[in-house]
Amino acid sequence: MRTRVFGACCTVFAPLIVALCLAPNARGQGGEPPYFAIRGAKIVTVSGRTAENSTVIISRGIITAIAADAKIPDEAWIIDGKGLTVYPGLIDSFTDLGLMAPPAPGAPTAGTPGATEAAPRPPQTQVPARGPEDRPGTTPWRDAADEVNLGDKRIETWRNGGFTTVVAAPKGGFFPGQAAVLDLVGDRAGDFVVKSPVAIPLNLSVTGGFGSGFPNSLMGVLAYVRQVFLDTDWSTRAQAAYEHNAHVERPAYDRTEASLATALQKHVVVLIPANNSVQIQRSLELADRWKVNGVIYGGQMAYEDAADIAAKKLPVLVNAKWPEAEKDADPEDKPSLRELRFRDRAPSAPAALAKANVKFAFYSGGLAAPKDVLKAVKKSIDAGLPADAALRALTLSAAEIYGVSDRMGSIEVGKIANLVVADGDLFEEKTKIKLVFVDGRRFETHEPEKPKDPPKGDITGKWKLTFTTPEGAEEAIADLSMEKDGTLTGTVTSKRGTGSILSGWASGEKFSFVINLPVNGTPTDVTFSGTFDATSLKGSLSLSGFSTDFTGTKPGARTDHAALSAIATEGAR
Amino acid sequence: MKLQSTRNARLISFIVVAAVNLIAVSRAFAADPPDAAPRPAILIQNATILTVSHGTIEHGSILIRDGKIAEVGQSIAKPQGAEVINANGQFVMPGIIDCHSHIAVDGSVNEGSVSVSSMVNIADVLNPDDIDIYRDLAGGVTVANVLHGSANSIGGQTVVIKLRWGAPASRLPFEGALPGIKFALGENPKRSNFSIRGQEKRYPATRMGVEETIRAAFTEARDYKSKWDDYNKRTSAGEKNLIPPRRDLRLDPLVEVLEGKRYVHAHCYREDEILMLLRVAKEFGFKVRTLQHVLEGYKVADEIAAAGAGASTFSDWWAYKVEAYDAIPYNAAIMTRRGVLVSINSDDAEEATHLNQEAAKSIRYGGLSREEALKMVTINPAIQLGIDKRVGSIDVGKDADLVIYNHDPLSAYAVVQKTLIDGRVYFDRSRDIAERADREKEKKALIEKEKKAAAEKKAEDKKSDDKKQNEKKLEDKPKPPHSGRGSTADESGGVGSAADSDRGAL
Repeated sequence: MRTRVFGACCTVFAPLIVALCLAPNARGQGGEPPYFAIRGAKIVTVSGRTAENSTVIISRGIITAIAADAKIPDEAWIIDGKGLTVYPGLIDSFTDLGLMAPPAPGAPTAGTPGATEAAPRPPQTQVPARGPEDRPGTTPWRDAADEVNLGDKRIETWRNGGFTTVVAAPKGGFFPGQAAVLDLVGDRAGDFVVKSPVAIPLNLSVTGGFGSGFPNSLMGVLAYVRQVFLDTDWSTRAQAAYEHNAHVERPAYDRTEASLATALQKHVVVLIPANNSVQIQRSLELADRWKVNGVIYGGQMAYEDAADIAAKKLPVLVNAKWPEAEKDADPEDKPSLRELRFRDRAPSAPAALAKANVKFAFYSGGLAAPKDVLKAVKKSIDAGLPADAALRALTLSAAEIYGVSDRMGSIEVGKIANLVVADGDLFEEKTKIKLVFVDGRRFETHEPEKPKDPPKGDITGKWKLTFTTPEGAEEAIADLSMEKDGTLTGTVTSKRGTGSILSGWASGEKFSFVINLPVNGTPTDVTFSGTFDATSLKGSLSLSGFSTDFTGTKPGARTDHAALSAIATEGAR
Repeated sequence: MKLQSTRNARLISFIVVAAVNLIAVSRAFAADPPDAAPRPAILIQNATILTVSHGTIEHGSILIRDGKIAEVGQSIAKPQGAEVINANGQFVMPGIIDCHSHIAVDGSVNEGSVSVSSMVNIADVLNPDDIDIYRDLAGGVTVANVLHGSANSIGGQTVVIKLRWGAPASRLPFEGALPGIKFALGENPKRSNFSIRGQEKRYPATRMGVEETIRAAFTEARDYKSKWDDYNKRTSAGEKNLIPPRRDLRLDPLVEVLEGKRYVHAHCYREDEILMLLRVAKEFGFKVRTLQHVLEGYKVADEIAAAGAGASTFSDWWAYKVEAYDAIPYNAAIMTRRGVLVSINSDDAEEATHLNQEAAKSIRYGGLSREEALKMVTINPAIQLGIDKRVGSIDVGKDADLVIYNHDPLSAYAVVQKTLIDGRVYFDRSRDIAERADREKEKKALIEKEKKAAAEKKAEDKKSDDKKQNEKKLEDKPKPPHSGRGSTADESGGVGSAADSDRGAL
């Protein structure tokens, strides 16, 4: 807990103190009072006109007035908004931010387990699935609302970056679970949840490869998903028929069918992955075939298909992590013209969608920092997307897609007070976010203090780290990216999973960064620090009560083709 | 999939491969823009026309209207506004139909996890971006029977496509063509030639097991069908609150096979397994539409003919595994002479680029006529796929799916000049060659653009680095930054200074 001494200001606001004492403060903890007035600011409402020199009143988490002459309640804190712009809180429309680590991917799960399973579950032994009846990679009963993890350090980073809200979804498998809208504030996990469930995300990529169980091809996954939707529909009808006439063979209970049926009855959307044109065209047909309210996620080649998407009226969640050349790509690997065009044109996809009147929102798609999302969106603006459409795609459109625009997404009376207060245009790089309100609670952002020395050399690249833990020798791949000031971003991947760098720096020949990874099921901060030169790293990694030395080298960019040999032996002939 | 060594040997034997195949072409450049607007008539003139159905026409013309062949003959008057293709000295034949292809598939062609994978459908995963579509077009192929792999006794559902390069996946399937299903017998489904480490061997492991697997699946399908029939009967009789049978995507296509609504394309090699499948099919009352590979078909040609099954084989590709040893180049000719409908297929994107030559080989091996040879890659596969009313020969009223060669297509020197589907030019060799420079130019420009952007970013980084160095006094030790996290006012235990409206502080 940080403490800040509040001084003489108190006396100036005696009425406030009174209010504090009198009001049955739902927030508890003796914190700030829940009344604010941002006075004389530029208000970008998104839903309506932008008002210059106006005032927003926040009362107990809700926006209660927006007007130049709005009456400021006596108990409100007054914030001088001169020179400031107020935006609706930004929404990351698809992420795993704020959730616990997923269970081991690909593990088939029983359709009808007897006991209730608390997430995260221990990794299960890999038994290859023998068919759809084994429900491989299927856990639709997992609800993001039940898996909110206050220990996720990204919550603060993203909130400070202006993201007040995320649509968080469990990960792992073809039906990972149900997504929930979370506001990034709360003392308890339950405080975060705005609405749940709002979506059933699907993942259609095959993880297992040739030797694994069903399904191990894209067409197998598509058949499987279709069978699950058919089963869910059947289950609903069979149960209903059985209620009318119990004197027949009883339809068996299946957890997958039951949880999907419940969610679908609430008209949640189904998120279908589709990034390139082939996938997008396919997803348009899949939504019809599955008879679901489909939403495409990915959408980066939508500049080719915007008209077709518009005709089918499917919304799109655009991945803001634009495709780019792989950093350590083999120089002999020449990209195709189609690939080059894709990398060139992907940021123009949102403009094409806007022009075709497709409803779309942005999601972070693995971008490590909130400012990277704003930078990526700026690229889209440069590629022809009107700035107001870009802002809408980060706010109201996302709320509309998930059916929560009655309560958030714009600055309107009655909506949740999710606000971003910045000293200029949100998409300008020099603009700083000064304040963020989430559920009417105020967060002040501070510029992090940077290390003084500039880094000697560039640590950017893929590093192979080797170290020893009580469980034996381990390896990890650190994919680091250094910015001009030494700030590090990137990921570390090991058998325990992939963790994004929460904060990191390089300075002189030293470096340090922190990632968060599940260790024995608990999200844990792991700090790596040491020294680096062009070809090697050394240092130590530490986590709660344990530390060990590691060394790092830069392996060549060669690909191991051994894994493919099994496939080559399977003749089609 | 073929074995690499076989492939190399074949490549050496047949060097006449159009160079265009090696060049990746972006689809946007390759085809006419797909549009619904009416197109002008096309008149192909002065060509040697190999009609396949009614002989050869020297110095003949073909008139194409609305994608169909409107006239074929010695001399046709040019209608006003018609485009003319002068094919002087060139040969026109019907578009090649490849009865065994694996092109244009997104992801694996095998759902290899189970022995009956009939729930999967190639039509679900068509990939119109696959460059092999364009390469095969450049080899004169206009129609392909895209099959599931042979990993399972009963494999996935299959689809017949037209190679409409540039069109989305939804426009690739051949309209009205009956769908199929892949069966496979012998070494692949019983996994004789490999095992997966750490995994139990999958059933079946013998040819007996393959037979039993097929029999069991159809027994199940028969029960499933009768459940549905019963349910439909009772509901139409007015019974209420019946629990419907569960839709089973694995059994649905097998019921279609039983009802004659889906063709069976069965991968097979040995005579015994061929006879086995024909017996099982007879028992369950369905037809095997084509036997694929069928390298020992010459031994049981009479039985195949009697069962009314087609045979789709290679000219001379064998010995890549034990069951493929007892093969002869006379297979296609012998089966043809014994009354079997025979086609020559590719099973491979490269092989498909010279199916004309593959067909020609049975003139040398087996003494088939020129016309019989041509039929094996045109009208015969069209009949096998049930699309012979639309394609497979140059006749008035049929789709204008045509290939123009510079030489006799049965010669090793023949190179495809143009390939038309539905009267639209989808491959044009001269246009392809002309546009290569443009494509290279665009590619270079895009790479330069990326490099420039990267360099600019680097320069910018350096500039701000220098600036920082000038501004900041260097210190001995680096200091880690603070976490950069904001503080919540709630946690501060007091009222924040932001309330100080006099200062306007934030």
